[in-house]
Amino acid sequence: MGAYILRRLAAGIVVLAVGTFGLYILVSLSGNPLANLMANPHISPATIRAARIELHLNEPLLQRYWTWLTGMLHGDFGISTLGQAVGPQLWPRMWVTLQMVLPATIIAIILGIGLGVMSAVRQYSILDHISTGLAYIFYATPVFVIAILLKDFLAVKVDNAVGHPVLYTVGQNNPGTTGVWSVFVDGLAHDVLPVVTLVLITYAGWSRYQRASMLDVLNADYVRLARAKGLSRRRVLYVHALRNALIPITTVVALDFATVLGGAVITEIVFGWEGMGRFFFEALVGPVSPDVNVVMAYVTIIAALIIIFNIIADIIYGLLDPRIRYA
Amino acid sequence: MPEPPAFETSPGAMLAGSPTPLGGPVSPLGLGQPAGVPQPDADALAASQAGLTIKARSQFQMAYTRFIHHKMALIGLGVFVAILLFSTIGPLFWHYTYAQITSQFGTGPSLAHPFGTDTIGHDLFAEVMDATSTSIQTALVVAAIATGLGTLIGAAAGYYGKWADSVLMRFTDLILIVPGLVILLVLANTVSKAIGNWLWIALILSALFWTYLARLVRGVFLSLREREFIEAEHAIGASSARIILRHMIPNAIGPVIVNATLTVANAILVEAALSFLGLGIQPPQVSLGLLIAQGEGDATVLPYLFYFPAAFLIAIVLAVNFIGDGLRDALDPQQRVRA
Repeated sequence: MGAYILRRLAAGIVVLAVGTFGLYILVSLSGNPLANLMANPHISPATIRAARIELHLNEPLLQRYWTWLTGMLHGDFGISTLGQAVGPQLWPRMWVTLQMVLPATIIAIILGIGLGVMSAVRQYSILDHISTGLAYIFYATPVFVIAILLKDFLAVKVDNAVGHPVLYTVGQNNPGTTGVWSVFVDGLAHDVLPVVTLVLITYAGWSRYQRASMLDVLNADYVRLARAKGLSRRRVLYVHALRNALIPITTVVALDFATVLGGAVITEIVFGWEGMGRFFFEALVGPVSPDVNVVMAYVTIIAALIIIFNIIADIIYGLLDPRIRYA
Repeated sequence: MPEPPAFETSPGAMLAGSPTPLGGPVSPLGLGQPAGVPQPDADALAASQAGLTIKARSQFQMAYTRFIHHKMALIGLGVFVAILLFSTIGPLFWHYTYAQITSQFGTGPSLAHPFGTDTIGHDLFAEVMDATSTSIQTALVVAAIATGLGTLIGAAAGYYGKWADSVLMRFTDLILIVPGLVILLVLANTVSKAIGNWLWIALILSALFWTYLARLVRGVFLSLREREFIEAEHAIGASSARIILRHMIPNAIGPVIVNATLTVANAILVEAALSFLGLGIQPPQVSLGLLIAQGEGDATVLPYLFYFPAAFLIAIVLAVNFIGDGLRDALDPQQRVRA
């Protein structure tokens, strides 16, 4: 198992190196971060030359990538086009993004598995039909439509009805809140809408998958045998069937984690969160774009998160299903 | 990959899936299904029960029969065709164009402007028609390119294996470690601000979407390659080209068509996301994502500016997904998710 994890990590690092190389070239060629400076008549050529040197833009592209790569391996993500170090700006933003992504993933897993299993056990019941219908609708609805509906239609109505803001629509917290409990409650009130958004776009696919997987197991011979030898329905469903039906969903959740992080970019933009997705997007399209170091820092962190998440899922898969042997 | 069945059993068995779990013995013909599930093809059922003369039907006929018995797929097809006609033929009969500025600013839905007008006087009805056709044509081009390229590369990787396979799989590994949206944003950022043309957007999307099709076709080819009938072809000295074109691609065509359909739905969603973020279709062109982004600004005051494009977007994707489900049940019965 240890050797397997090491090999997976090594493969991940190779993919990461090749991937960051390609993206670095692509992002660097997408524009000139000094275009705004150069268009400004009040800025002297000497200043522009200094900026070029500070951002290493005078060096060849391959050398710039090498500088970035060696810096990154030492934990230094370089400086942004505005001259600030990227690392110290990125870590707090990563925490903000995880504040949205982790609760959403956990809730979506519970909701997806719960609804999927209930739909399968009561196949063709009203609950099954409603859950199927909702899953289809959420599956067809883009994340930004859900986000805008929750923000501009639901939250505004709720807040007006109550008379004071209950559901916050902008930002991840109210600056200046003090006290552990107040900060927690404040964070929660800001968290509700973005988390619900991410849950709704994610759980639908998982519930369908879990339903199919549960139905497969329920029709398996060993479940019929368990029934035939007189076990209670409850025991058959939750001990014999459910435990096996939970295995395949781990892979699906792991593979979809990338989609959740992609959805978080849009969710952060709609809800004005200072997360790393929005940080990336503004570095890509903002006035001094492309801010290559910021974009690359985001891509590297997110790729590392996805690789680690997938390895963990594979390990869990191996633990759940003893037939799987990693050598 | 499903073995083509020798004769059609009851399509009811295909539609109803398995009977209620734990509900007694399972009949292979689906006779044990719960009451209330319609039996669409009683004749075929009776015929197969009696084991009497069964008319041979081609694979296409069987698929067609299964598809037209899939109620949601037919509704999806109807809605999709209606929206397609609305967006392509509609503008010919409508007295405003999407770029035209009328003297009505921010008026709600009325007879003159069924979907209302925005704050600078665009007729939303005309805009939605044009945006819908832009979205659909972009998605169709993406599906065509991604399916063609994906099938070709996936077939090469799956049939020849070795380095072609390694290159493809390493390339798809690259794509799996970064969210697709992020890759597309980076790609679109280099292209669409300069050339915000729908065809470019389609090319950018295809650059990502072909990998999914390629992986799928590779998988199908890997399993087909080991089957006896392919071995027999080798034994009688058939060329690789003949085996691929005459035997493997026809056997892979079911999953490919199903996934091409689902690619249309995904491409519409992703194009909308790119346009929403300002990196897709550029004004003065319109697309559904762009209209939704513009509608968001006035969402609390003029909510219909948001509702209409959003409703069209969801309706198209729902319709295409239902068509995809119907096609999966018709062409690829073993892969279907039980419905």
